[in-house]
Amino acid sequence: MMRPVRTLSWTAGLLVVLIAVTIVSAALGPVRIDPTVVAKATLNAVIVPSGIVTESATTIPGLGWTVPVPALEYVPVFGFDVPDTHQTIVADIRLPRIVLASVVGFALAAAGAVMQGFFRNPLADPSIIGVSSGAAAGAVAAIAFPALVPFGSLHLSAFIGALATAFLVYAIATEGGKTPVATLLLAGVAIQAFLGAMISYMLVHSGDDLRQAVIWMMGHLHNSTWSDVGFALPFAFVGVIVLCAYARELNVLLLGEEDAHHLGVDVERTKLLLLALSSLVTAAGVAVAGVIGFVGLVVPHIMRLIVGPDHRILLPTSALAGASFLVATDTIARAGPAEVPVGIVTAALGAPFFLFLLVRREVHSV
Amino acid sequence: MTDTPRPDANGGAGPEPATVSVEDVSLSFGDLSVLEAVSLSVEPGEFVGFVGPNGAGKTSLLRSISGALEPSAGTVEISDTNVHDVSSRRSSRLVAVVPQDTSLSFSFPVRDVVEMGRHPHRSRFSPPSDDDRAAVERALERTRTAELADRPIDEVSGGQRQRVVLARAIAQETPVLLLDEPTASLDINHQIETLEVVRELVADGRTVVAAIHDLDLAARYCDRLVLLADGTVHTVGPPSAVLTTETLAETFEANAAVTPNPVTGTATVTALPHGTSDGAESGRAEPGEATDGGRTPSAHVVGTGSTAAGVLTRLERAGVDVSIGPIPGGDVADETARRLEVDRIAVEPFARPSASDRAALDERVRGADVTVVADLAVGATEDGRRLLESIETAERLVFVERRPPEERIDGNDVRRRYEDCRERAVEATPESVLEAVRATLRRRSET
Repeated sequence: MMRPVRTLSWTAGLLVVLIAVTIVSAALGPVRIDPTVVAKATLNAVIVPSGIVTESATTIPGLGWTVPVPALEYVPVFGFDVPDTHQTIVADIRLPRIVLASVVGFALAAAGAVMQGFFRNPLADPSIIGVSSGAAAGAVAAIAFPALVPFGSLHLSAFIGALATAFLVYAIATEGGKTPVATLLLAGVAIQAFLGAMISYMLVHSGDDLRQAVIWMMGHLHNSTWSDVGFALPFAFVGVIVLCAYARELNVLLLGEEDAHHLGVDVERTKLLLLALSSLVTAAGVAVAGVIGFVGLVVPHIMRLIVGPDHRILLPTSALAGASFLVATDTIARAGPAEVPVGIVTAALGAPFFLFLLVRREVHSV
Repeated sequence: MTDTPRPDANGGAGPEPATVSVEDVSLSFGDLSVLEAVSLSVEPGEFVGFVGPNGAGKTSLLRSISGALEPSAGTVEISDTNVHDVSSRRSSRLVAVVPQDTSLSFSFPVRDVVEMGRHPHRSRFSPPSDDDRAAVERALERTRTAELADRPIDEVSGGQRQRVVLARAIAQETPVLLLDEPTASLDINHQIETLEVVRELVADGRTVVAAIHDLDLAARYCDRLVLLADGTVHTVGPPSAVLTTETLAETFEANAAVTPNPVTGTATVTALPHGTSDGAESGRAEPGEATDGGRTPSAHVVGTGSTAAGVLTRLERAGVDVSIGPIPGGDVADETARRLEVDRIAVEPFARPSASDRAALDERVRGADVTVVADLAVGATEDGRRLLESIETAERLVFVERRPPEERIDGNDVRRRYEDCRERAVEATPESVLEAVRATLRRRSET
């Protein structure tokens, strides 16, 4: 089969799987809801802008003027008949969490595929250059010492911590316009160790906030809201699209940097761009969901096994498979007898499966 | 040997021919100077080989031309474009590289690997054009890898893989092609096959520069050779002018014999063991040390090939009064004997030894203290039996054998007589021949 056709059919197939997993997931929970009702309630939640209203008003601080602010007005597209309680459970409680899980899974799996190719190392995952540790340091600081953190929100603090760490590691590893991959890896390990010490120190002195901080670090999607989705989705979506546009460069980089240079790839610029984008995508994911391990490691490996090493098909399929994987594991995490952080489920399921593949010799280096 | 660009056999589908000019290029890694003021120019449609000992700077010079290494001084221009001043996209349309080894441990289909050669010609979002597809198919055909096109690259053999990487470089359709040790990991058959493909590309007007380890292959396929030593250009010119015993002795510090290849007519280099110039390796062999009680011992060598040449060199360097023969012209041992100015019984190639040759042999064997038989080839012929007869008269024998006897000895009676001689001989290797000669001499003084 021609590769573009193959890519399209795999992408379409995995999208169908994602929708199916979403509907099944939204049906499960303390209150069982019929999947057809879930589908209707989901469609009811779709709104489109219908016009501009200027009814809301705001007061400009200092001047005391009250001015009308234009805003978009939304109307629902569909009007299926769904009981109010079910509509609320699906649209306001379960869907935000499910959509957030899919966004985070999408981001982490795509970033993991990029990092494994970039480092030509099967052990690489999205947090290899310290992005997750940076996010954790930012988040724990915001939880344990809110007074010291200038940015109010936990998300923003984790996001900035993640990006700052990625930038620091890159800056340390770069010399004379070149960033050797091995140095990058070592700088990442060193910074992660240092941040680990900082996090432990903060945890020791976090007092009553210890539990909240530890749960954040395990990775969870509890109490997700549409505003969380609004925070992570743009970065994840745009980031992964641009990464997909660089799939051919990633393929050529697999041959080694010197070969890639001879094949017309601006190696250092491409490396910077790939690192920046995958760090951004990872940061957006971990900022809203905490450190969820194994999605970025296992999903790209499984997809590479199925669709092959070509990043033009591997990237989009890993992203979509990662989305379905995290929605499914989060469903187990929340619908089980007692809710647990989803990070526990991904690792508990992902690690044995990965070992199974390893023992079967199905997993090779990139 | 071509000074003018040849017409393109693909009817203009190939790239414009280009000149490579390297001017005063110096390169160093930290304090270590790798290249010093290297200048050379390669004409369009010419195949130039870089030869020289390990560490001479062949690969570094190649990588400087490709743009992978930035020289600390000097310029590299391909058709008036400085490859270090332009983007990698631009330079990769001028020069393609076949590296010594490519990490290909992932299962891309062969066709996809070759298609990567089109990367510099493609825009980010458009699918491959008809030109791209045609270039990939042509490259596959040319390197005879078309039948492998759908196989994963990690499942083809090393020789096939090297051709796939060559196909990738061909698909790049650049006027200049650089090859780093293109034959290093190939068997003899694939070496020739690869270089024949390269030769075809040169015939189409491509300019090819290759670092080649194998001097014989370099002499056979390159129009000109650049002999590098210690980061500088030692000699440039046609292979016959560059590969001489003198230049090789100076650059490789090797004791080598250069003879014309009887089949191709190009230079063939045979490296010989060091004599006294390398005392540690040859085992304390100081000049004159082999002398016995003030008298210079004498030895006559019967045999051919590099074994005989090695034995001859060692004995001569150790001060033994040595002679050789009968030896056919063109043989490595003959060339060595001529260079060492050793007394030799020369026979025309493929001619039968004359009666006077036989008499000379008998006389040499009788006159010498020791007769050394080095990889002797004897057939079940009258000449062969006559040769053995002379050897049988020798009082003291040393046998040096590297090639298996069944390849050299023919006929039952001949073999039996050869083995009888070996029975009473001291057996030795080319390295230990001197000790063996001494041992036979001691045996004489004891009796």
